[in-house]
This record gives sequence, C-alpha cells and structure tokens, in this order.
Amino acid sequence: MDILPLLLNGFAIAFEPLNLALIIGGCAIGLFIGAMPGLGSVNGVAILLPMTFLVPPTGAIIFLGAIYYGAMYGGAISSIMLGIPGASTAVATTFDGRPMAIKGEADKALIAAATASFVGGSVGVVLFTLFAPPLADVALTFGAPEIFALMLMAFATFIGLGTDDIPKTIFSIFIGLVFGAVGLDIISGEPRLIFGDIPGFYHGINFLVLAIGIYGIGEMLWTIEISKGNAMMSKATISVPRILNTLVELTRTWRTMLMGSFLGYFVGILPAAGATPGSLMAYGVAKTFAKDPETYGKGNIKGVVAPEAANNAASTGAMLPMLTLGIPGSPTTAILLGGMVIWGLEPGPMVFTDHPDFVWGFIASLYVANLFALLINIAFIPAFIAVLKMPFTILAPIIFVLCIVGGFVPTLDMHDVWLMLIFGIVGYFMRKLDYPMAPAVLAIVLGPLAEPALRQSLLISGGSFAIFFTRPYAGVIMAIAIALFVLPLIKIALDKYRRPKDG
Amino acid sequence: MRMAELAMGVVMGVFSLYLMWKSTELPIGWIPGEGPGGGAWSFWLSTGMLLCCIAIVIRWAKRMTPQSRSTEVYMDSRGLKLFLLNAGALTAMIGLFHIIGAYGAIPAFLIFYLRFMGGHSWRLTGTFAAVTPVVTFLFFEIALQKTLPKGFTDPWFEPIFAFFY
Repeated sequence: MDILPLLLNGFAIAFEPLNLALIIGGCAIGLFIGAMPGLGSVNGVAILLPMTFLVPPTGAIIFLGAIYYGAMYGGAISSIMLGIPGASTAVATTFDGRPMAIKGEADKALIAAATASFVGGSVGVVLFTLFAPPLADVALTFGAPEIFALMLMAFATFIGLGTDDIPKTIFSIFIGLVFGAVGLDIISGEPRLIFGDIPGFYHGINFLVLAIGIYGIGEMLWTIEISKGNAMMSKATISVPRILNTLVELTRTWRTMLMGSFLGYFVGILPAAGATPGSLMAYGVAKTFAKDPETYGKGNIKGVVAPEAANNAASTGAMLPMLTLGIPGSPTTAILLGGMVIWGLEPGPMVFTDHPDFVWGFIASLYVANLFALLINIAFIPAFIAVLKMPFTILAPIIFVLCIVGGFVPTLDMHDVWLMLIFGIVGYFMRKLDYPMAPAVLAIVLGPLAEPALRQSLLISGGSFAIFFTRPYAGVIMAIAIALFVLPLIKIALDKYRRPKDG
Repeated sequence: MRMAELAMGVVMGVFSLYLMWKSTELPIGWIPGEGPGGGAWSFWLSTGMLLCCIAIVIRWAKRMTPQSRSTEVYMDSRGLKLFLLNAGALTAMIGLFHIIGAYGAIPAFLIFYLRFMGGHSWRLTGTFAAVTPVVTFLFFEIALQKTLPKGFTDPWFEPIFAFFY
C-alpha cells in the first residue's frame, strides 16, 4: 500500500472547512475538559459522542480524536497548576510538574508539558502511519503473562529508584492494589472487601477518588500547613525571554522526549494498557537512567517531559489496535470504537480498504489536531499563570470545591466524596511521615488489570509461576522487573561494603 | 514525629490484619479449574502490607529512618488549628451536600472560607459565592448533564431545567 498519496488525500479531507472547524473546536473543548480535575478524555469523548450524529462519520471521528488529543494536553494543566491530576494519564506529570509550579516555574512546566505532548503526539502519529500493521502484530502476541509482567515492571520502577523508603514504597503499592480489588470479584462475581456492608463499595474504589483525595485534598492540607495559611500558591511569570530559555532547555531533553514517545506509543498499543501505565513507566525509566535521580520529584523538567511525551504517544498508539483490529487500547478508544459501530463502520483491517477516506482523513486529522492542541495550549498559558497569582485564601477554597465536585462527577455517588475526604486526610498524615503516595495511585489504576492477568496466567499454567519466565517476551520483561527489584538491595550492600572501607 | 512513625506503622499493621481477615470471606486457596480463589489476590497483598509494617516498626526501633530519629513535633498547635479548620470546613460542606445540596453548600463553604478564614471583603466573597455555583451549574448540569446533589432544594431547580430543555 502506497501510504503517501493516501495520506495527502487524508490531509485534503482534514483541511475541509467543516473538519478543520471540528479539529479546532475539539482541541479547545478537550483542553478545557482535560484541565478539569476528575474529567479526562474518556469523559469528554463519552459525553460529546451523541453530538457527533450531526456530522458525517469522518467529521465525527475527527472531532472526537481532537477532543482526545486536547484532553491529553489539558490533563497536565491541573497536574501542574493545582497539583491535581486531571486524569490518571497525568498522574506522573504531578510528580515534578507540581514542585516546579511551587518553585515559581509553572510557565516552564506548562511549556515543557505542551512541547513534550507535541513531540509525543507527532512521534505517535508518524509511527501510526508508517508501522501500523507490524506493531499491531507484536502487541497482539502479548497474552496475560506478558501483560502481568509489564505491570510488575511498572511497580518495580518505583522500587528500583531507591530514593524513597523501600518498605513504605512497597506498602504503598500493596495498599493501592488492595483498594483496586474492592468491589466484585471479576471471576466469581461475589462481593469482595465490602467494608461495613456499605453499598458504595460494590462499584469498587474509583482511582480518581484516591488520586483527587491525595493530590487534591491532601496536597492542599499539606500546602496550608507548610505555608501556615499565609503563602501565595506560588510565584510564576511568563515572558518571551523565559519561553525562549525554556525552549533552549528543552532541546537538552530530546533523549527523554524520544524515550517517552517510543515507550508510550508501544505501551499504548497494548490492549488494556494505555496512556496511564505508559506515562508512569516513562517517568520511572527516565528517573532510573538519569544521572541525577535524586532531583526527580523535586521539580526536574525531565520528570514532566517523559510522562507527557509518553501519554500523548500512547493515546495515538491506543488507536492502532482499535482501527486495525477492532480492539480498543484504552477506555477512550473503546468509546471511539462504539462510535464507529454506531456510524455504520466495522472496525478492523477491512476498514482501510473499504473506507480509505474515513481512515486516512482521521489519521491526517491527528497531525493537524496535534499542532492546534499545541498552539491553543500555549496561547492559554498566560491565563493559567494568572490563576497562580490569586491569593492562596481564594485559590484554596476554589480548589477544594473543584476536588469535591470532581470526585462526585465520575460515579455520581456521595459515598465516593466521603471516601475521597478520608483518603485526603490519611494521605496527608502519611505524607508527613514520608510514605510515597504515587505508587498507591499507580497500583489502584493497574490493579484491576494486573489481577485478571495474573489469574489467567496461573490458570493457563496450572498454578506454575514458570509461565512468566518461559515465554520470550514475558521472560525478558520479568528479568528487567526483577533487576529493578534487586537494584536497591545491591545499592545497600555496596554502601555497607564501602562504608567500613571509607571509615 | 518519632511516636507518629510508630503509631502509623502499628495502625496500618492492624488495618492489614483486618484486610487479611476480610479477604478470607472468599476462598484464598487454589480452586481446581478456576485458579486462585477470589480472596487470594487481596489476602496475599494484605500479608505483604503487614510484612512492610513489621519492617517499618523494626526500622523505627533501630532508628533507621529520619522520622524515627526526629525530635520535632508531628504537628504544632498552629498546624493543628489550620488542619482542623480546613478539614472541618470540608467535612461540613460535604455533609451539607446531603441536606441543602451542592448549590447551598458551595456558597456556604466559600463564604466561611473567604470571609472568615481569608478575611476578604464582602464584595469579593459575595462575587465568588454567587458566581461559583452558577458556573458549576452551567458546566456540569447543563453542558455535561451531570446532576449534582440538591438535597431538599431539588424541586427549586425544576423551572430552571424547564427553561433549558
């Protein structure tokens, strides 16, 4: 198949006035929805899907794709400005984006996030165009053991980093996984961990409840305590020289950007993985291989660049199995897939030959949407900075209100709001004692994916854990995960060995 | 701080034991033809939590962590007062969601926070207390069609919805 003429034809479709307007509108709406705590691309695409019946299918998927892209950019805004991840895909951006904002470098963090998102999105869409079929084949060979091994590697990156207290880090992972198991057992369908027989636990604990509790309420309580209630949120300014300096600084992060982009894209195309593990893994890998890992979590620009490049590349990657094989790579693409069925299009390899205008118009629109999302995002940075200049006693109650409403909206259940308050308060107490909270949030997101993968693997092997080592891909991933687990022990042993010598 | 480190380790250890016990409501062993029981995953994770708590307490006893060596207070009186005010105001706001709904609780919370905790003028307080619920309503209820709790004020919104739909 000659790609270039098809892509050029796709651009002609994407630049039709209606489609161009849908791209710009979709990016702007997506940016706003993504920036709202508690709302992400999945909410935006789901809520606006019925509106697409007003336009032809190609325009409809272009609009939803633009919302998806806009929301992926927007998720970083609340992570950086408020310390509240707009969606799970932006959790990793909070780790360094928030400290940068507190240090008065919010503009830098926002530009870094926007630029990395653009690079990630661009790499993702180029890979999507060029290597769709072979990459889809590789991802399809991944079974339950490989998916579980991948999850384990994501957790291992947190332990392997070695800067946080190891028992507290492992505790944080385990408690997140246990909270992810609350609800109904996926195989027997029986209620599990329904505390006090409270009905609200039957639908499980939404990751946003934990994420907003910890990164919204807990973060605010922490900020109020350390500032004694008097401080401004942070100081931030934006000017042309600062933008240029940031862009110069960003050129030094090209390796991290590309690593995040490729890793994010590959993880994104794996069914049931998506942008969240992709961004968290990119953060972990960037920190593991950094010369200055101790600066991560304290406002290292690479800690923003890696997850943002990854989550945008992953969002493009997630569309690959959706479009070529009819298997969604993320919850948002699952909704896009549903939309395609409603529009009368059957997703799968045949869609490339039966509806080339639809497919290539959509692919070309991703290039255009990526560019507009960047421009709209950068144009709004001064407005986001202005938010930071508000007195803390105005910003704090607004953030609290956003947290409460944002925690309620995903499930429309007040039980979740109370739970969020409890998580916020307990998370604040634990944070004061240096319990790392990020692994718990990662675990509650990945837990519902990791458990079925483990159970299926053990069922296949008749209870033998050897299945994780005898399959080529799973074996390699497990070897990396184990190496990351063992790394802190080696560091401790080396320290002990060196100390008497130094002494 | 040192005592808080121990207390947190012990409390979380007890919570881990509770989770282990709670997990045994479903089978935790191997079920032929079905694989691991429904409680196995959470049981073994809770066991892991307990082991971590034991490690935390041992490290506390050996003064291996900065917190276990610290002589600072966990929370001074000013910090405690701020925490109680903020957490209390939040708790009251969430409680009021059930009674007077979001559009009564949000302005009440904002008035308390901006005027009485922040010391801002009535003009600024009133502006925020009036604009925030309106923007919240238009965005969530009208644009996104996500219904927020309204408590006993629910019937008051019927004419507003009738206007929009």
